[in-house]
Amino acid sequence: MEKTLRLTIKEIVRSHLKKKIGKVFGQCLTAVGWVGGTLPELYEKDGMVELSMADVAGGGFAVGAALMNTRPIYVIRYQGFNWYNAPMILNYACKSMEIWKQPCPIFVRSIAMEGGIGPVAGSSHHSLYFRMPGIKIVSPMSPKEYIKIYQKFLSDKDVYYVSEHRGSYNNTSEFKNDIKEKKQLIIIAISITRFEAEKAKKNLEKQGYKIGIIHVVWIKPFKLKKNEINAIKKTKHGCILLDDDYVDGIANALGNKINLDTGKKVHTMGLKDKSAGFSKRTDNLPPNAKEIEKKIKKIISD
Amino acid sequence: MLNKKKLIKIFKTASLCRNFEKITFKKIQEKIIKFPVYLSAGQEFIASSLSQMTSELRVKPMIFAQHRCHSTYLAFGGNMKKLINELQGNISGATFGIGGSASLHSKEINMYGHDGHMGTQGPIGVGACFVSRKPTIVFLGDASAEEDYVLAALGWASTKKLPILFVVEDNNLSILTKKKVRRNWEMSDVAKSFKMGGYQLDDNPKNIYRFKEKIFKKPMLLNINTHRLFWHAGAGQDSYKTFDRYKIIKKKLGILGNKIDQENFIRINKLWKKHSD
Ligand SMILES: Cc1ncc(C[n+]2csc(CCOP(=O)(O)OP(=O)(O)O)c2C)c(N)n1
Ligand SMILES: [Mg+2]
Repeated sequence: MEKTLRLTIKEIVRSHLKKKIGKVFGQCLTAVGWVGGTLPELYEKDGMVELSMADVAGGGFAVGAALMNTRPIYVIRYQGFNWYNAPMILNYACKSMEIWKQPCPIFVRSIAMEGGIGPVAGSSHHSLYFRMPGIKIVSPMSPKEYIKIYQKFLSDKDVYYVSEHRGSYNNTSEFKNDIKEKKQLIIIAISITRFEAEKAKKNLEKQGYKIGIIHVVWIKPFKLKKNEINAIKKTKHGCILLDDDYVDGIANALGNKINLDTGKKVHTMGLKDKSAGFSKRTDNLPPNAKEIEKKIKKIISD
Repeated sequence: MLNKKKLIKIFKTASLCRNFEKITFKKIQEKIIKFPVYLSAGQEFIASSLSQMTSELRVKPMIFAQHRCHSTYLAFGGNMKKLINELQGNISGATFGIGGSASLHSKEINMYGHDGHMGTQGPIGVGACFVSRKPTIVFLGDASAEEDYVLAALGWASTKKLPILFVVEDNNLSILTKKKVRRNWEMSDVAKSFKMGGYQLDDNPKNIYRFKEKIFKKPMLLNINTHRLFWHAGAGQDSYKTFDRYKIIKKKLGILGNKIDQENFIRINKLWKKHSD
């Protein structure tokens, strides 16, 4: 049986602790389902540290740990909690190399989820971190992507914001870009939208459309490869960028960048510009395959 | 007990800090320094006493200070040339001309820079102490101590029984807002309610020195009442009647006090001249 992303993360965390690379900090780690089953059943004596519920200070504790030449993993159980956890990570750890030549690397595991969880905690909040210098933002959705990122982090001096999504934890397969041949439009997808993007692409292809896809793991720094730029340039309708955050953040910023690189229109889709409610009727979910399909058809027919 | 020999040592350090600030005051007036500077004159006996105590204990603590940090840096042995260069924005400065007056950092003395957001040194110092278990001093202003995340950091340091000392340099001011306008409680009581040692004292070295054998064994907080001689930032004086402990101790030491003071003044002036553009 192939390994799930869940198990992959769990094994990485276990080895991080066993090899004493750094401690794992977070709230309610050793209870409540071990963070979606992504943590090994270990305790403070093993380096799995339960913090108090002081979110702002908690981010600071992780920064202090990172200053000591250890590499803490800092678990933020819902990305929305970053409103309180982020300040010292962004204003201290991310600036530390530049101001003091003092490495302060933290592996921030920030976890998204949505659907029936209301206005506070849900969805990805990577746009919150995006505007600041000194941060690397990644969003791995497959086992191999996660392993690669963790390994890169081990030899890096920067803070990594790892934008996870609970909806990907059962995933065992890897993603593939498709930019071969001339496409009408290319989908560029981030985080959990990558799964629905693949579905939309397949459905559209069945109907005769020629749709490409580029999977984004590295959000910051973000750089399109030459062949990707060329593929977008060749399209008639440019691309559509999908995100699991509000579009007035990473989606529109990267859209602008891609537009400058390719001269093509970049449409964006993400969360709607409203708060999520608990009920189905009032929820705010990332674009699903149907919505993506509909939007692409409209772009092509306009 | 603080004997005369040790008092003289502490005074020598304080005199270094005081004269540095006095001369820096002039450099600000002369516009040789062109950005905000947070002078610590009037408060120098806190860091000077603590550095004497830690050196007697043969402990080299980790230091987490905040914006008003010149005396902390100098008292614990920070390189003065690098500070002079930093204040002129030079690349040879303590933080390469980026951090300025408020963010001094020194690997040699285990002092970690401050990011300018008051009180962040609380949680960051606690996190560093938690993983390293090294003796740690976190310096806070009486206003920074009010930050919610500082209070949370005290709570966690107490829970984890860390070898950490919180020092509140209580000059009764947040820029110009007095403590009684901001709160009706004292940090020493807050510390006690978090089940750690919490004490209220003035910055007489004799009173600070009493804690020598107690620090770093358990988490502890000293709220030390002191007096800021100059403006919050820049070169100016809010009042000419501010209590000045340096003057009192200098007088008490008589000719020797004067001699130490003058020697430092001459030496630091020379150093400034040598390292000014
Ligand atoms: C988070 C944050 N809020 C507000 C400020 C603005 N500020 C800078 S210094 C200061 C007062 C600090 O007072 P205190 O901590 O007592 O130190 P002191 O200046 O008296 O030495 C304030 C309000 C800041 N730097 N950071
Ligand atoms: Mg104050």
